[in-house]
Amino acid sequence: MVLQFKPQGIYCPAGDFHIDPWRPVDRALITHGHADHARPGHRRYLATDIAGPVMRHRLGEIDLDSIRYGEERRIGGATVSFHPAGHIPGSAQVRVEVGGEIWVVSGDYKTVPDALSTPFEPVKCHSFITECTFGLPVFTWPSETDAAREINAWWAANAAAGRFSLLGAYSLGKAQRVMSLLDADIAPILTHGAVENTNDILRAQGFDLPRTLHVTPDLKPKDHPGAMVIAPPGALGSEWARRFRPASTGFASGWMRMRGVRRRRSVDRGFVVSDHADWAGLNVAIKATGAENIYATHGYTDIFARWLRSEGYNAEALKTEFTGEALDAEGAE
Amino acid sequence: MKRFTALYAAIDQTTKTSAKVAALAAYFEAAPEADRLWTIALFSGRRPRRAITTTKLRVWAAERAGIPLWLFEESYPIVGDLAETIALVLPPPGRSHERSLTGWIAYLRALDGAEEEARRAAVLDAWDQMDAAERLVFNKLLTGGFRVGISRKLMTRALGLATGQDEAALAHRLMGDWTPDSTTYRQLIEAPDAEAAQSRPYPFCLAYGIEEGPATLGAPENWRAEWKWDGIRAQVIARGGAHFVWSRGEELMTDRFPEFAHAADFLPGGTVLDGEIVAWDGAAPLPFNDLQKRIGRKSVPKTLLKSAPVILLAYDLLEENGEDLRALPFAERRARMDALMGALPKDAPIRPSPLIGFDEWEALAEIRSTARDMRAEGVMLKSAASPYHAGRKKGDWWKWKLDPLTIDAVMIYAQQGSGRRANLFTDFTFAVWNGNYLVPFAKAYSGLTDAEFRQITAWVRRNTQERFGPVRQVKPEHVFEIAFEGIAPSPRHKSGVALRFPRMKRWRHDKPLQEAASLDDLHEMLRQFG
Repeated sequence: MVLQFKPQGIYCPAGDFHIDPWRPVDRALITHGHADHARPGHRRYLATDIAGPVMRHRLGEIDLDSIRYGEERRIGGATVSFHPAGHIPGSAQVRVEVGGEIWVVSGDYKTVPDALSTPFEPVKCHSFITECTFGLPVFTWPSETDAAREINAWWAANAAAGRFSLLGAYSLGKAQRVMSLLDADIAPILTHGAVENTNDILRAQGFDLPRTLHVTPDLKPKDHPGAMVIAPPGALGSEWARRFRPASTGFASGWMRMRGVRRRRSVDRGFVVSDHADWAGLNVAIKATGAENIYATHGYTDIFARWLRSEGYNAEALKTEFTGEALDAEGAE
Repeated sequence: MKRFTALYAAIDQTTKTSAKVAALAAYFEAAPEADRLWTIALFSGRRPRRAITTTKLRVWAAERAGIPLWLFEESYPIVGDLAETIALVLPPPGRSHERSLTGWIAYLRALDGAEEEARRAAVLDAWDQMDAAERLVFNKLLTGGFRVGISRKLMTRALGLATGQDEAALAHRLMGDWTPDSTTYRQLIEAPDAEAAQSRPYPFCLAYGIEEGPATLGAPENWRAEWKWDGIRAQVIARGGAHFVWSRGEELMTDRFPEFAHAADFLPGGTVLDGEIVAWDGAAPLPFNDLQKRIGRKSVPKTLLKSAPVILLAYDLLEENGEDLRALPFAERRARMDALMGALPKDAPIRPSPLIGFDEWEALAEIRSTARDMRAEGVMLKSAASPYHAGRKKGDWWKWKLDPLTIDAVMIYAQQGSGRRANLFTDFTFAVWNGNYLVPFAKAYSGLTDAEFRQITAWVRRNTQERFGPVRQVKPEHVFEIAFEGIAPSPRHKSGVALRFPRMKRWRHDKPLQEAASLDDLHEMLRQFG
């Protein structure tokens, strides 16, 4: 097997490296900077040049080598390359070729383009290890335009009524994606420190983000009436959020497609905006790889694998410690 | 329908009560009267007859979505709501429509008795005209159940705002067994209507629990105490030569309890009693288990009438000689009720629930501790000066229940919840030891915090040993303290017992698996409290 499934994570014996490992290893290839994929403690890291700065920020002093999309690199007996996954800026699928046999690890991916991340590219392979966070037919995403219209309508109505709009979005990826959808003419955009740190890094890399104001202790909310406040979901019910009153609360996630989850979150509005592929996206992406063997990781893996088998693939579900766009873990991405 | 869907969305999209009431009031002002009537009906649990089985709906939805039925069935428990699952899997609509809520309800009713192929075509055609939000509402009409975080109380408040009518009077008007077919908006809300008024119960006065005991309630002489019976709360009405028995859930139960058939003979016309229906052994209530056999039966076999006859333990008089007494102080209503009870024949199936005499709160605490011997759940405390409130109001009526029975048990199966708890493991089966085996004895799904449910959900996902449909067998590892109100023998259960109101009181992180209770412990509880 080109890749094997070990307690540490996905392992390539020919190149003696792991991909997004969960426990400390010697050499780790990292698909993107989210905490369940880029963990601390590995001796050497390899990631795309675009993903690098955020990983350095999050993981501190690490031995990080970078690679461009499409660039081939020889590691032991394996040839590896990274290809755009469309999930967040710098996110990649990892292609591994050993003796003519090709495997691709999808990492997290999204097939529909957005304003910031390099658009997803299908990669031909024999075996495809795919995430399936939203691998059920109930998950269908609205278009980018519709999502933007809905969020801006909510924001404008709140601003007109003298309310703040408090929007929960993960600090890396989702927050910036949401910002790219906003109509900055409505009112100022304020950000939580965790979001603004990531903004700074991405701006320094040349990403074009709208103007934001970092919420510091001396910022007076009443100087920014009707503002959109973007914060990690965990901050929404916290002391920190209480300075913005009155406010309507919202949460941006693929999970908001389900009413039950939205109600459990106790937010006023749920916006269906995901950095993952929806049902159709997953199916199209898998077909485009031309792979015969599919391994489903994080998500509704059993159900999704059964579906793929009924569609004629060799498919099986893998046990992983990836969480994807976690449904209930407060801090996760 | 668009207006109703917008209302549904507005209610669904806010967690603020004031915003919900405002949205509903605005709707009641603007919507056509027929739609208003249906909205009142739907939000008070009166749904149109189900025209199509949910099995058919699933099959048609899966076909239309181009997915196998098993995949639909797997998705349903994850979404936690059938109407919503269907709305989510269907492809985008091909066109739109202008039909009203009442129009769509009529459309569905016209399918009653139609051939299956015609019904299928009609439903698919309807789906094809609606966006996802409308489909959800439409599917809710098809499947029944309109729980949207609007309590009856809030609906009544909104209706009061929209019509300028008194809320309590409106609450009274909305009681009873009317349907949108039997009345009109004007009749229900505005016009005087003697016939409907004859059977109509009063909104029940409800009590809050008093966890800390009554010490803070002030002087004991201002309070009256009664046993808190474990039966069915009911109003028995005698008016105009007829009688009616209503449950608290506003279900007309007259036929279910033929014992009251002669109520109109011995109760003076224009009498409404509030009390508890209990199964009665001639001197004391029988365990709830016996009453349970009577619940849910539309007609009662003779043997059951003999083995579990019911009576009403009356504790309040709401109407006397046609006069509404609810504004009078409790002590006076009670005195009038006692006078009325004194005049009843000895074999009448109605008796006064006795008042418990006490001078000091300590003395009452002592009496309360004997509640189980009385087959009671605790005591009720009512302010002597209290009017009969409509609904739940803090301050005048309190229930002071006994501490529940508890047992430490092992979680062995888990299932996902529905609605707001969809996708979260919240429904658990618990077991006790029988030698080296774990015997299931209770299911519970409440008592943990959201954070604990999230924690256990993550654990269940990692520790599933086997799946049986939606049920997962998990590794026996976690011990929970299960609280319950009563225990009864049950040949239908493996453990031989059935519990009343089991729930999780505490997650016993401190308790090793082996120290959970045994089947013997459970049977000892049955012997002592059953």
